Amino acid sequence: MSSQDRFAGERPRPSPFYPRQKELNIRDAWASWNGYKFADYYYDAEYEYFCVRNLCATYDITPMQKYEVKGADAEAMLNRMVTRDVRKIGLNRVAYCLWCTDEGRMIDDGTIFKLADDKFMLTCGSPCTAWLKMSSFGFDDVSITDVTDDLAALALQGPTSCATLKKMGLEGIENIKPFEIRMFPFHGDTLMVSRTGFTGDLGYELWIQPGLALQMWDELYAAGEDYGIQPYGEAATNMTRLEAAFIMPAMEFNEALKTVNLNHDQTPFELNLGWLVDFKKPHFSGRSALLEEKKRGPKYTLTKLDIEGNRPAEGAWIYSDKRCKKHIGYVTSAMWSPAVKANIALAMIETEHLDGDLWAEIYYEKELRHYGRVAKCTKQDKPFWTPARARQTPPDDY
Amino acid sequence: MNHYDSIVIGAGHNGLVCATYLAQGGQRVLVLEAADTPGGLAAGREFHPGFHASVAHSVNHFSAKVASDLNLAAHGFEAGADGHSIVGLGTDGAHVVAGAGALHNASDKDTAAYDEYSALLGRFAKALEPSWFRTMPRIGSLAVGDLMTFARMGLKLRLLGKKDLQEFMRVASLPARDIMDEYFEDETLKAALSWDGLIGSRMAPRSPNSAVLAMLYRMSGQAASVKELVNSLSGAATASGAEIRTGAPVKRVVINGDENGLGVGGVELASGEQITADRVISGADPQTTFLNLVGVEHFDIGFTNRIRRLRCNGLVAKLHLALDGLPEFEGLDRPGGRMIIAPSMDAIEFAFDDAKYGQCSSDPVMEVTVPSLDDDTLAPAGQHVLSAHVMYVPYELKGGWTDAARDGIRERAIDTIARYAPGIRDRILHSEFLTPADLERDYRVTGGHWHHTEFAMDQLLMMRPTYGAAQYSTPIPGLYLCSAGSHPGGDMVGAAGHNAAQEILR
Amino acid sequence: MSHYDAVVIGAGHNGLTNAAYLARAGLKVVVLEKNDYIGGAAVTRELHEGWKYSNCSYVCSMMRQAIHRDLDLARHGLILVPYLGTVNFGDGDERLIAYHDAEAAHLELMRHSRHDADAMHRLETDLTRYSQLIRKTLMRTPPDPTSFKPRDIMELLWLGKKFWSLGEKELYEYVRFFTMSAAEFLEDYFENDLIKAAMASPGIIGTALGVESPGSAYILLHHVMGDVDGSIGAWGLARGGMGAISQAIASAAQAAGGEIRTGAGVQKVLVEDRKAVGVVLENGDEIRSDIVVSNLDAKRTFTQIMDKNDLPDGIYDKAKNFKIRGSSGKVNIALSGIPTFTHLPDNPYVTRGGQTFSGSLETMERAYDCWKRGTWSDDPFVESVIPSAWDPTVAPPGQHWMSNFVQYCPPKLADGPWTPEKRDAFGESVINKIERYSPGFRDLIVHMEVRTPHEIENEIGLTEGNIFQGELTIDQLFFNRPFPGYGQYRMPVKNMYMSGSSTHPGGGVSAVCGANSAREILIDLRKPNTVPEDDFYDE
Repeated sequence: MSSQDRFAGERPRPSPFYPRQKELNIRDAWASWNGYKFADYYYDAEYEYFCVRNLCATYDITPMQKYEVKGADAEAMLNRMVTRDVRKIGLNRVAYCLWCTDEGRMIDDGTIFKLADDKFMLTCGSPCTAWLKMSSFGFDDVSITDVTDDLAALALQGPTSCATLKKMGLEGIENIKPFEIRMFPFHGDTLMVSRTGFTGDLGYELWIQPGLALQMWDELYAAGEDYGIQPYGEAATNMTRLEAAFIMPAMEFNEALKTVNLNHDQTPFELNLGWLVDFKKPHFSGRSALLEEKKRGPKYTLTKLDIEGNRPAEGAWIYSDKRCKKHIGYVTSAMWSPAVKANIALAMIETEHLDGDLWAEIYYEKELRHYGRVAKCTKQDKPFWTPARARQTPPDDY
Repeated sequence: MNHYDSIVIGAGHNGLVCATYLAQGGQRVLVLEAADTPGGLAAGREFHPGFHASVAHSVNHFSAKVASDLNLAAHGFEAGADGHSIVGLGTDGAHVVAGAGALHNASDKDTAAYDEYSALLGRFAKALEPSWFRTMPRIGSLAVGDLMTFARMGLKLRLLGKKDLQEFMRVASLPARDIMDEYFEDETLKAALSWDGLIGSRMAPRSPNSAVLAMLYRMSGQAASVKELVNSLSGAATASGAEIRTGAPVKRVVINGDENGLGVGGVELASGEQITADRVISGADPQTTFLNLVGVEHFDIGFTNRIRRLRCNGLVAKLHLALDGLPEFEGLDRPGGRMIIAPSMDAIEFAFDDAKYGQCSSDPVMEVTVPSLDDDTLAPAGQHVLSAHVMYVPYELKGGWTDAARDGIRERAIDTIARYAPGIRDRILHSEFLTPADLERDYRVTGGHWHHTEFAMDQLLMMRPTYGAAQYSTPIPGLYLCSAGSHPGGDMVGAAGHNAAQEILR
Repeated sequence: MSHYDAVVIGAGHNGLTNAAYLARAGLKVVVLEKNDYIGGAAVTRELHEGWKYSNCSYVCSMMRQAIHRDLDLARHGLILVPYLGTVNFGDGDERLIAYHDAEAAHLELMRHSRHDADAMHRLETDLTRYSQLIRKTLMRTPPDPTSFKPRDIMELLWLGKKFWSLGEKELYEYVRFFTMSAAEFLEDYFENDLIKAAMASPGIIGTALGVESPGSAYILLHHVMGDVDGSIGAWGLARGGMGAISQAIASAAQAAGGEIRTGAGVQKVLVEDRKAVGVVLENGDEIRSDIVVSNLDAKRTFTQIMDKNDLPDGIYDKAKNFKIRGSSGKVNIALSGIPTFTHLPDNPYVTRGGQTFSGSLETMERAYDCWKRGTWSDDPFVESVIPSAWDPTVAPPGQHWMSNFVQYCPPKLADGPWTPEKRDAFGESVINKIERYSPGFRDLIVHMEVRTPHEIENEIGLTEGNIFQGELTIDQLFFNRPFPGYGQYRMPVKNMYMSGSSTHPGGGVSAVCGANSAREILIDLRKPNTVPEDDFYDE
């Protein structure tokens, strides 16, 4: 091995933004994601969370898996793979999609960027190379390239994100609509900006070749200085996504191809994502199974809960009665929402019991003494945090 | 309007059997055949002016039930009395013959062992025979019909008696070599008897799991002449009202769909002509059917992958010789039966070893017949055709198939025959050698594979070709399979065509 | 002359386990061992001063924790330590390091193929699923499918239910998996040949099959279904060598009142009125007992220490035809220092693991082709581990011992019988192979011991040196092991049982065969069961 570092093979790899992140990660709180060294938080998770909700903040999404899908059959191939109608994605638009096994169990979710009629980019949280290869078999004109390492990506989220980008000189940024993509010239190359994100708030994602990553970071941070720009990590992301009721792998769903036990994975209907399954489009993988499930109704339904009290219901079981006789589900993610001032949770609940009473059995600890309480839960129809600015075009400056 | 109840793609023997049953069942049936004559791999081939052969050169176990259901006798079919004997050629002219339920020219010990061996395998074959003519149950199913099929299969085996059943459990998955070693001492005999466990598959004598099943599969049914069988099947199909169109290659199966799912609309021919039908039954192999004729976009990804991973690369090549007279094999009065050239099981094994790495064996093993002995229309008067299945010849040759490569293995095959029939080279007027790649091209069968896809336990029974398509129906309503890629498998048996028709008519 | 409730023939780890459980039930038990030391193939021997070789089996994964815990083996001195990942050596300079850390392992796979790195998740999931099911059958007696006894029917139903719970799709995949070759099975997952070779290597260890032979996928599973502390597929070393396992079990047996006699080879099982009544030792002594348990392999039991006339019809032939093929060799080497390998980082997390010199699938298959021809490959498959890098008790400080398991080595050579010269030439082929990847390796060698099937059979009595006491093919697995109709540890002669790896679930230092056999004996004697149920970490 050429490297001087004898542990090189074992260490997480730095992202192109790492030199700047390293300076800012004053707590040295590093985790890893898809082999990249990646911040859990930089200074303080709650502070970073409020930066997202109150100012603007950046989140390094380079480790997200990015695949370029090209060729005359690219659209047909993707359309057979995902449950949404890829033909309906407009040029320079992004669509949130999911894909399933033949049995209609969810493999993963992600976004598809339509960059040309025969060129797409698929992003997702976990590697998907093998499934993409399997999916593309039999399509003559399609090539799939893993561009994860060839594209640095940074999410900029929060109310002042548009103003920051405007100040950075991205002309017309205020006019791009949610899920729209726009290209900006950047030092002889192209900076791709999509109005997407994982916070449920106003926000953008910036895509740039790794060689210009630091340049972009510096210009962005210079522009954002007056708007309170700050990096945030995994911990704050998890808070903001839960307020937006976005699902996470290994929390709300178990990737089907990594699931050992029968039906320990989930279906789109169970995850309340039935709106992403389009039976009017051409055939797609899992279609027959999903059609059957739609007729039958899902066994579980992912439900947004507002739970009384202020003790987060992490790992709590859900019952249909206060005496906890009838177990009907379990909490997948829970937290105290600082923005909404509510004790919120996502829970998988047996569909047939959804309309009855819901009680969460919560255990908590106080100075090493352990307590339990049964708290009433109220179903929520909308995500917990839905600011109007997230959908406004052009958005306000702050 | 030109509308059919059923269109059958391919006039191979299974396609014809299926079409005839459907027509007998009252359907309006069209059989579309790409070639100019029906028969598929059993179709006649004039490989030299006046000399005819067919890739399938003998019918050894055609279903008696199908022959009688379709009244093939009325169309010229005649069941052979006791099948083609197997002749294990010995280098010194000492041949051992297995036929008509007995061994000839073998040691006393082997002769006695053969009685015991053939009686045991005969009982097993009989117990299994009904399973070949039944749709396999879905193993995850709790449907009464499926469970009954299981129960019946179990009962059949249980009725063998405890001792036989225990022996079946042990023997069923043995490699050919082990079972031969247990019973016999003569190497030529062992090699000859293991032949039916191996031919057409990616298996050698040491390969476990599927060889005995292949032997048992080949122990039921009747022998017949290839030409008569194909002619009588065409005759029966036409007589039952089915229409056969030759020279009509199908370009694709037309798939319709709405929000409730997909359905079959008919087929489009290479000529562009569209023919509508309620259902399309494919006699083509599973990969051709699903990947080429229908297209992956109409199937789920896991299913497509299961079709992709089917093992379809054939390992049997075909040698045809036009001879100006009867070949003389040392020690044989008449070159009848199926002559096996394989001096030992090791010889087969080592020939296989070369093919594993994409090479042709320097010592091929083969099954040789002289079909013109029984049918004088195959060659001009006094002249003869020699037909040989040559193993193991890889579909994908390392470095690719070239004329030189083909000539090389052809000459080695002829040299090998000449060791047993020394004067044969002087009699050759013309020779033709078809590699699996040639068979794929000429007969539209993926990999040039005899069984359309490997006859191996993981691709048999309720897994043939794969779950989701193992009951002749497929994920697309109205699309069916009816051929060697379905249960029970290849060879000229007619079972797959029969079973598919029963499923459709159910 | 003494009388025992039970004699166990052979102090291999299964025989000792069997004796321990019988003794715990209050039986008067003696274990008879022909060698001067116990352990059978789970043995540690000081063959060179200061070096303790585990000269047969060398790593452990299948030892059931239920038995480990129940026999209190920790108190009897045993600790199993998982060892770090294995380096797979390609035909050339390619190396695949199986890092212990999952993310590092993934990055390493990505270095070879991004596709395969991703596909590995699916393979691991599938193998875990397959393992979980089969693991549940390990400590249960297989049902006899030809029997109508309630217990057999109940057990078949239990098994059916377990299989059914896989769901239809996985049920098919499982059945399919059972009959395929390792190479075909892996083709569905991987494209990189080194990764395929690395994953296929458990598919050939100990078996007279190649990676291309149908059935080798099961062998692969057999080697990955074990676990260390619930981590399925992990392998561990016994501190003090594999003999520490046998010693601990022996100590447990003795603590329960069991007796162990070494240097006491059995010449013959005594049968009277179709009942086993004791044994005759090689020295002519007779030992009478109510129960005779053979821990020897099925072939040896029925063709060597039993009189053909004492057996029911057909059993002798079944035993003669029992497939127990020698296919493995072992080279144990004392080293003056730790070897270094080319194209690898000097990383202790790497060098403390194992080394698999697998090359490619073709290299492995060609080695098998040599075996078929009665010779050995000059490019053999070698699975090595350097236990001294982990275990300070097996070599002097700073010096090491390396275990090298070789696939394939024929039991009979095409060119005549094994001789010491041929044995050494076989050893040379292994040294040459390692030297290719570790220049200077030869100079580190202080002492070495080469074991072909010939040595293994002669010394520890495994027929042909087959490490599993019989091939793990469908005809000899589960209720077919050793023969259909005799899959429940009871042998055709009354009061006679088997407890070795010739019985379900087969080879491996699992102690399960011995424990299961003890359970069946206790049922027949109407004694309370002392054998624990298995423990699955809530799988």
